[in-house]
Amino acid sequence: MATATQLSAPHDSGRSGLWSWITTTDHKRIGILYGVSAFVFFLIGGLEALFIRLQLARPDNTLVSAETFNQLFTMHGTTMVFLAIMPLSAAFFNYIVPLQIGARDVAFPRLNAFSYWVFLLGGLFLNASFLVGAAPNGGWFGYVNLTSRQYSPGLNIDFWVLGLLVLGIASLAAGFNFIVTIINLRAPGMRMMRLPVFTWMTLITQIIVVTAFPVITVGLVFLMFDRFFGTTFYSLAAGGDLLLWQHLFWLFGHPEVYILILPAMGIVSEVLPTFSRKPLFGYAVVVYSGALIGFMGWGVWAHHMFAVGLGPIADSVFGATTMLIAIPTGVKIFNWLATMWGGQVRFTTAMLFAMGFIAMFVIGGLSGVMHSNPPADLQQTDTYFVVAHLHYVLFGGAIQGLFAGIYYWFPKMTGRLLNEKLGKVHFWVTFLGMNLAFFPMHFIGLLGMPRRIYTYRPELGVETMNLVSTIGAHIIAVALLVFIYNVWRSWRRGEVAGNDPWEGATLEWTIPSPPPDYNFTVIPEVVSRLPRWSVTQMKAIPDVPPEPIHVPGGSYWPVVAALGIIGMATGAVAHALWIVLLSGAVLIFSIYRWAFEPFEG
Amino acid sequence: MPHRYFLVALGVGALLATTACSGPFPQSTLHPAGDLGFEIDRLFRLLLWLAAGVFVIVESLLIYVAIRYRARPGQPPPPRVHGHTLLEISWTLAPVVILIVVAVPTVQTILRTQRPPGAGALEVSVIGHQWWWEYRYPESGVVTANELHLPVSRPVVLSMTSADVIHSFWAPRLGGKRDVIGGRTNRIQFTPDSIGVFLGQCAEFCGESHANMGLRVVVQDSATFAAWIADQQRAPAPPDSLGAAAREGLEAYRRIRDPASNTCIICHAIQGVSGGLMGPNLTHLGSRSRIAGDMIPNTAEGLARWLRDPVAVKPGSKMPNIGLTEPEIAALVAYLQSLR
Repeated sequence: MATATQLSAPHDSGRSGLWSWITTTDHKRIGILYGVSAFVFFLIGGLEALFIRLQLARPDNTLVSAETFNQLFTMHGTTMVFLAIMPLSAAFFNYIVPLQIGARDVAFPRLNAFSYWVFLLGGLFLNASFLVGAAPNGGWFGYVNLTSRQYSPGLNIDFWVLGLLVLGIASLAAGFNFIVTIINLRAPGMRMMRLPVFTWMTLITQIIVVTAFPVITVGLVFLMFDRFFGTTFYSLAAGGDLLLWQHLFWLFGHPEVYILILPAMGIVSEVLPTFSRKPLFGYAVVVYSGALIGFMGWGVWAHHMFAVGLGPIADSVFGATTMLIAIPTGVKIFNWLATMWGGQVRFTTAMLFAMGFIAMFVIGGLSGVMHSNPPADLQQTDTYFVVAHLHYVLFGGAIQGLFAGIYYWFPKMTGRLLNEKLGKVHFWVTFLGMNLAFFPMHFIGLLGMPRRIYTYRPELGVETMNLVSTIGAHIIAVALLVFIYNVWRSWRRGEVAGNDPWEGATLEWTIPSPPPDYNFTVIPEVVSRLPRWSVTQMKAIPDVPPEPIHVPGGSYWPVVAALGIIGMATGAVAHALWIVLLSGAVLIFSIYRWAFEPFEG
Repeated sequence: MPHRYFLVALGVGALLATTACSGPFPQSTLHPAGDLGFEIDRLFRLLLWLAAGVFVIVESLLIYVAIRYRARPGQPPPPRVHGHTLLEISWTLAPVVILIVVAVPTVQTILRTQRPPGAGALEVSVIGHQWWWEYRYPESGVVTANELHLPVSRPVVLSMTSADVIHSFWAPRLGGKRDVIGGRTNRIQFTPDSIGVFLGQCAEFCGESHANMGLRVVVQDSATFAAWIADQQRAPAPPDSLGAAAREGLEAYRRIRDPASNTCIICHAIQGVSGGLMGPNLTHLGSRSRIAGDMIPNTAEGLARWLRDPVAVKPGSKMPNIGLTEPEIAALVAYLQSLR
């Protein structure tokens, strides 16, 4: 048990079974755990979306009640942001980043396992609220004072506050882990400006994570104290200010948007060069613009609050800073197009999704510029126009980027290629469904339908467009079924990939698929940005390790610590102090044992 | 990739279809009926055409490179181009120019539409409640609900606050929305320029019946508006003048029930009868066209349906189902309809 040192065989170490997955500290296994769990949450969030769309398929519909609808859209948003897109990105951070920088694992493997288990248990905790009929119902943005105990006395908001606090712990731990990994574990010669763009975008994302999550944590702790202990941070009667929450939430919430999109931009920046057989155009500019987007993301939060009445000066300034973000974003898009220009474009499924990213993200970006404009935003905010915008960014952008990553790296992770024919069906059906689902929402919003309403009047004249949107959502669901079938089939019977099925340029393609436990038989010496493409060839990596490689054998203390945290949250929801105290003791004890766990067996 | 051309055509076509005719869209942001609405619409159209231009450029480039540079068998490897400084500078500066073109009229519009109101503007206090709107006209002392009456061509300032959670007042054809927040007074000002009825609804998620918090703005010529004000200022008919059914209704309205929170007069005000403040003022209920946050028509059937079970009409409604008997409902309907 604990951490046994072992001499690894070239391929699978032979460790298998449930227990080996629970105690694993291997970044590749944790990556797969993240991917599979996040995909299941993605399906749950998608199911919620289908119910939302069915309810809105016609006016005055009575499929679900107002209360159920409010729970559905709150959980749809919360799930997609925190339990689907972020951890799907984390699957790639985990699996790919150590391979791209020539490392054997992340800097803190047990902390990595801890992050995963806290995320998984936090996600299950949030969804367990459905089982007691009290799913969160205050929107993913949880505006006070609607979410204060006075107006939301049930358990719903308790689940939401505690769930997000727990998930924040997972994100912060992972954030620090990856920052340290990328800065400290780079192979010799892997200078910062030789990092693959995906790794760069991971680094920027994690810096945003560790700076943004503390802000929402403060906001959530205030709300938790108000709800559990009767403090008055958000109490009007006691002189509190309702806008405090909005500022804290969006000060986190807007950087969060870049936490969701930058990893996908990183994936696209890997896929486009590989399938154009050309290096990324303007590498340094793409990296700098990513950093600039991350930095400028801190100065725009009040564009979520133009209707709040902050005054003409604040409106003008935040409108201007928001428009400025369009510049580095546009620069990225032009660099991607220039990467393809003059290349040899191979239309693999991964490439189609990467091009789909550009095509759709542009729409989301342009509608984003429209509501960066404060007067225009007064008509658009809180309407379906914004719903259209954010889905073009997050589905057309982030999700398509992640699918590009899945088709691109699946062979590295499993040793088998996904079926390309099914992949193309998946892409085109998604493309059709997405545009049917989300494009009409622009008009639905401009014609006056607000968001977050469980029913609408037939007089609005948006009936047909809503029906089209509902049909589109179901077409996306069909595309997902094709994808699931493809994964199920290809994992077992897909074409064998070999080390490098795509003629990629970066380090992960130098080693077997799936990589052995220790990744690299010897740590490579990097001599250029595109090791496999450059004229100065790097030294070949031997097939068999020249000397034994020590691989840590796993630990169950991270899982126990995660159970302690979720136990504390559960005790708090149940208002059972003894559960909180007992779980707290479990947490402290497991951290103590973890700290003194011998590394060498 | 012909599908993209098709998509562009579809988008442009649909846009023209929705903007060209003023069609049956009572809550449309694209058919302004007041100066604020027009100001916003003008900016929106500028943004729309610029966005459409960028959209066409980027998507055409994407389709072009996809077709022109698709891999063909037997090609030599492409030259390894790593970047081009002049290109980088130009596609950084191009958006800057576009943004300046947008920024100047934007700031002008912000300053123009958020100026302090001039003298002679009609001020109305708007108070958001879960889930209905209260309007108070300080000039005339009129208090009403959900249906806002305004004179045409006279500047209006709405001073807005909330009695509970955050709401957002939005009548799209008259202008943008403004959040209605407890502890603050937010203002929005505009001048309606057409006579008519303009629909709107709460735009900030405010709890279970957020969807059922409608409103309508009735813009009238100044004489009709003055007459409406005069009507609203009149005291209701004295109880003795009521018909038998209505008088029974008045009694039912006044009846102290068990629990006391089921008593009408605790929450509702009717001039000379009761002074409750929780619910809408009913003094001139009969003069409104809709009830229950603009959700159902103010007819005998509508009123009866509402009284029978408010929570069924408006989930979460603060007005409980107080278990009225059918004769009581009939009497109350007669009484409420007499309040004109």
